[in-house]
Amino acid sequence: MFGILRIAYKLLANDRTKFTALIVGITFAVFLMVQMTAMFAGVLSRSSATVYNVGASIWVMDPAVQTVSNSIPMPDAVLDQVRSLPGVKFAVPLYSGGGLVKLADGTYQAVTIMGLDDTTLFGRPQMLKGQIEDIYGESGFIAVVDSEYTKLGSPKVGDEFEINDNRARIVGLARVASNGLFGVPSLYTTYSRALQYLPNTRFTTSYILVEPKSAADIPAIRDGVARIGYIALTRDEFVSQISHFYTFKTGIGTNLLMMSAIAFIVGLSISGQTFYSFILENLEKFGALKAIGMTSRELITMILFQAGFVSLTGYGLGTGLCATMIWLARARLPDYASIITAGNLLLALGMVVVIAGVSSWFGVRRVLRIEPFDIFRG
Amino acid sequence: MNMPDTPGNAFTKTGAKTVAIRAEGLTKGFGEGETYTRAVSDVSFEAYHGEILFVVGPSGSGKTTMLSMVSGILRPDAGSVSIEGQDIWSLSTDQLAHFRLNTIGFVFQDFHLFPRLTTAENVAIPLIIKRHPWDEAMSEARRFLEIVGLANRADVPPVKLSGGEQQRVAIARALIAQPDLLVLDEPTASLDGDTGRNIISFVRSQVLNDKRCILIITHDSRIFEFADRILNMEDGRVTGIEDGGSHVAHEGV
Ligand SMILES: Nc1ncnc2c1ncn2[C@@H]1O[C@H](COP(=O)(O)OP(=O)(O)OP(=O)(O)O)[C@@H](O)[C@H]1O
Ligand SMILES: [Mg+2]
Repeated sequence: MFGILRIAYKLLANDRTKFTALIVGITFAVFLMVQMTAMFAGVLSRSSATVYNVGASIWVMDPAVQTVSNSIPMPDAVLDQVRSLPGVKFAVPLYSGGGLVKLADGTYQAVTIMGLDDTTLFGRPQMLKGQIEDIYGESGFIAVVDSEYTKLGSPKVGDEFEINDNRARIVGLARVASNGLFGVPSLYTTYSRALQYLPNTRFTTSYILVEPKSAADIPAIRDGVARIGYIALTRDEFVSQISHFYTFKTGIGTNLLMMSAIAFIVGLSISGQTFYSFILENLEKFGALKAIGMTSRELITMILFQAGFVSLTGYGLGTGLCATMIWLARARLPDYASIITAGNLLLALGMVVVIAGVSSWFGVRRVLRIEPFDIFRG
Repeated sequence: MNMPDTPGNAFTKTGAKTVAIRAEGLTKGFGEGETYTRAVSDVSFEAYHGEILFVVGPSGSGKTTMLSMVSGILRPDAGSVSIEGQDIWSLSTDQLAHFRLNTIGFVFQDFHLFPRLTTAENVAIPLIIKRHPWDEAMSEARRFLEIVGLANRADVPPVKLSGGEQQRVAIARALIAQPDLLVLDEPTASLDGDTGRNIISFVRSQVLNDKRCILIITHDSRIFEFADRILNMEDGRVTGIEDGGSHVAHEGV
């Protein structure tokens, strides 16, 4: 069988133009597909950054909340009601909102401000400089060192600036697991200071973070929260709700679908047509092989091998190209939001398999239909 | 006279000839209803080991159709073919493919060589289909290219060769699996007169042996001299079998 495959490979590879067109077509389609889905995966993972960084098991919120960044404030009383639910180990408030920082040069920079529960500091970031307790100090804020950090002028511990006309002092630098999507720097302070500094609506609690006594208590907590008119989501549920929002309510999903369809159509039309014309060009020779004594199964094997070979080569090149490009982009833009997940790779592989399958299906049909007698007759 | 093991003399009309092919009542029609045409009607003949049998007749007389049924690539509507005692049309499609691979060599009018493979790779194809190791198949191919006088063209693509050379490559490909039966349809049609004669002369002197039977369809009367017998066809029927010119041409050589 190896010899037959070697012949099959030579037949295709020695036809430089078609071989190149096939591989370029599939590489391009795979590249486009992986690029788009990686971007999408990056956006989705960034959009839930706060949920991961805070790390709470259960999030209680207004039922209308769609993403973590657009919270709907709840009355303070809800916190006590949640605390009194059976199965709740503890529940703390979280403030999440936006503010304006006036920088030393007089310009303004939007920031995300996270206000942590004063007693527990639940959801605290990992400290790089200073102590987390310094957050209690006068006007204390902790700056997150991520790719947006420089937008604040890379402040050091002890630096001061104004937030919404209040004096703020950097008392520590911290790191979080995941960057946000919106390209603004993050600051942490206490819940009470966040309320002091930032303009408030009548209600102030963005989220209530709940730790259940055990996983078995989650359904009861969910029911209890629902009874007081709010909703309790586990971390994974919240993340998938956010993903759902970005996928179906922002046009990102539609765009992804369109681009994937384009990648597929481009790949299929370039590769499918090239492969088909390769088969047609060699059709009489395949017929001669049949006359000589090659079985249909062997002919099909040859064709599938040819289609499989160019597809997998194109797949390797396409994913490699994409990985290289993302790597290069990251080197220049640290917050470039693209990640290649196993899902992306599988999706592109699926597309390649379909392209190869469709292309070879037409080829195989033609080759099976050709009669050695017609070849012999000339 | 009757020494069947000497190459080239099994045509002798004595009891010594052995049957390589027996065709009986071969019939084939194409189309249906109004358009039905009967291409071959009730053709029966025998061909012997060690002979070259020419099939001649006007265009459309059914030569190719008949020979395709004999060589296992076109199923007859009626009749049977036995090659070396094997009733070929009782075999399954795959068995028949194997049988062709091992027993029959084909030379097509348009050669049908792969332009993207080298000459040697083209010649090696039957052995490769037979799962011979690549290197062995390639060295066998070189040996057969040497036999047809093209040893130095093994590594070029066939399109770089002249028509006569390509035909010799096709013959080398048909011979490499050592077939008992060789079938050539109009082997000289795409060649000029001298080249055609040289090819058939080569087939007569180098390819024919006493275990082999060669069937050649041709219009080309200039090569009739190389035939042991000539089978005439007209309107799908055999109108007669006569001795060819090879007695005259080769007796006493
Ligand atoms: N596949 C087919 N479909 C329809 N008719 C066919 C087919 N093959 C052959 N025929 C008809 O059968 C008859 C015999 O054809 P065949 O090719 O066997 O003749 P031939 O003697 O080989 O002719 P030529 O010398 O031109 O090659 C012709 O009338 C031809 O039109
Ligand atoms: Mg013919």
